[in-house]
Amino acid sequence: MSDRRYVRRFGPFERLQHVGLFVAFLGLAATGLPLLFSDAVWARPLAQLVGGFGVTSVLHRIFATLLIAIFAIHVAWIGLRLFRGERGLLWGATSLVPQPRDLVDLYHHVRWFLRRGEKPAFDRYAYWEKFDYWAVFWGMLIIGSSGLMLWFPEFFARFLPGWVFNVALLVHGEEALLAVGFIVTIHFFNSHMRPGKFPMDMVMFTGVVPERDYARERPLEYARLKVTGALESRLAGPPDATFVRRARLGGAVAIAVGLMLFLLILVGFLQ
Amino acid sequence: MTRADGRPVVVEPKAFAMSAHGPFSCVDCHTDLATLSEFPHPDRLAAVNCAMCHDAPGAAFMQSVHAAIPAAAGGPAQCVTCHGPPHQIKPSADPESPTSKLRVAGTCAQCHGDTVVRGAPRGPAVAAQFADSIHGMALTRTTVAPTCSDCHSSHDIRRTTDPESRVHALKVPDTCGTCHGSQQRLYGESVHAELLRSNTPAAPHCVSCHTAHSIRPTADDQWQLSAVEQCGTCHREALATYRDSFHGQVTALGFTPVAKCADCHQAHRVFRAEDARSSVSPANRLTTCQTCHPSANLSFVRYQPHANKNDRERLPALHYAARSMDALLFGVFAFFGVHSLLWFARERIGPADDARPPHE
Repeated sequence: MSDRRYVRRFGPFERLQHVGLFVAFLGLAATGLPLLFSDAVWARPLAQLVGGFGVTSVLHRIFATLLIAIFAIHVAWIGLRLFRGERGLLWGATSLVPQPRDLVDLYHHVRWFLRRGEKPAFDRYAYWEKFDYWAVFWGMLIIGSSGLMLWFPEFFARFLPGWVFNVALLVHGEEALLAVGFIVTIHFFNSHMRPGKFPMDMVMFTGVVPERDYARERPLEYARLKVTGALESRLAGPPDATFVRRARLGGAVAIAVGLMLFLLILVGFLQ
Repeated sequence: MTRADGRPVVVEPKAFAMSAHGPFSCVDCHTDLATLSEFPHPDRLAAVNCAMCHDAPGAAFMQSVHAAIPAAAGGPAQCVTCHGPPHQIKPSADPESPTSKLRVAGTCAQCHGDTVVRGAPRGPAVAAQFADSIHGMALTRTTVAPTCSDCHSSHDIRRTTDPESRVHALKVPDTCGTCHGSQQRLYGESVHAELLRSNTPAAPHCVSCHTAHSIRPTADDQWQLSAVEQCGTCHREALATYRDSFHGQVTALGFTPVAKCADCHQAHRVFRAEDARSSVSPANRLTTCQTCHPSANLSFVRYQPHANKNDRERLPALHYAARSMDALLFGVFAFFGVHSLLWFARERIGPADDARPPHE
């Protein structure tokens, strides 16, 4: 098995969705957090930095529209794949849908943390990746719907009582804290910054992972690809060096912005 | 010829003739000169008593704070302190007079221009505050604007704590109302005016919100934001819950195009919410919200602009939403926090069997 052999894990469309997702997400966080922490020392300067109230509120809505669009496109894309008869999307080893096996994996993974057993063999999507994936759905439902209510209160008041906006504002902010906090601490750690991946797992940017790593990290998926003979069609050469450099830079900026926002949240809480 | 202190011995006849006292002879004021027979007269004549003629201003002055300045702070002010050299005295209508409308502020600033005068504290540097205020700015264009004496009066100047003072809390609305009559009428109906009339010391009046000397145009953003804080000095709970709302967050960031206290509750006609006259009474609420939200309906105004998420009685939905979110955040971070820490420890300390090859 040569070091120069890579396996394609994510297609260009998936990678593009990931970039769009984090650009919109960080944009929303940067334009929304000053409001949530309006009494923090950094709130006024940050709001001024991103353009003052008129601009922040417009930017927040632009990023929100982008995020909703990406989400809608993603759901439509999954729908299209289902319509075309693609198998293994909704259940089974290659599905992102949580299944009993994920609980078993979690149990064995924790046992491995504690040196009480072997590391479990993961399939295409590990349980923490499934959590990340569905967290976006949950977040979109909660933040997206509450955000739309706050954006168009007069429209929603036609069929919702006014106190719903009280709940919407609270939930919007709390869920945003959860999302930013989760992405910046848990997702960054699980997928990028843990010692085995530090500082960044490039697979979501380049789409490919060294075959040797894939075989070790996703043994079940790798074995299946081999057995079914699909591996050959998924093999690729190393990613373009210039592209990797640019992707690293972009990823590093995103991680830096995320960590900075998290720091501001901490300051806001401690103040 | 000059005296030891540099002042001229001789009264400048031309200037004296031009002064308000020009028609009078020396002995009309210096009554002790009339009784003298030997000249040249002694260096020091008896102090002139202006009240001989100016009896009403003189009597008023004797009641004023200026007549009671202790010796340690320089002793009582004299007529000439404000009206200028006695032999060149001008009527206040004369623009040259230090007591003319446009020059009064400068005259008062001789003593009230700084926080400390002749070693004695004088309170805030009101002259500078006044110069930058809407009144001070307006005075550079029109004599309609008030100067110091319009509010404090000229001779009968008293401390704000003196019930007879024109700037005593109970008198402030009348004093400001001299020019701002319609605002005074609106305020007069309010619950704040009611409190003031019942002698509540903390009752807000004009100055509480507009300040005394630094009065800004009401369109001024900074002043509008400071007025919100001012309401909060008494209405603490209302300010705290306002700060939790979108309106309050936006204003806390220093932006004004959202509802501030006075936008909903009115600036002057403030009433209790249950009072039918209040702009936030159940009957008027919809109209008030529609100022900014033109297509708001009755359901819309069931929004609680001062929501307290800890108030389970009043807003059960918000209360339980808040508790649920707390539990969700705690649950997620506790679970994944421990998960990540254990993972970190395993990969950091244990054999890195999930680590990428060293050459990668």
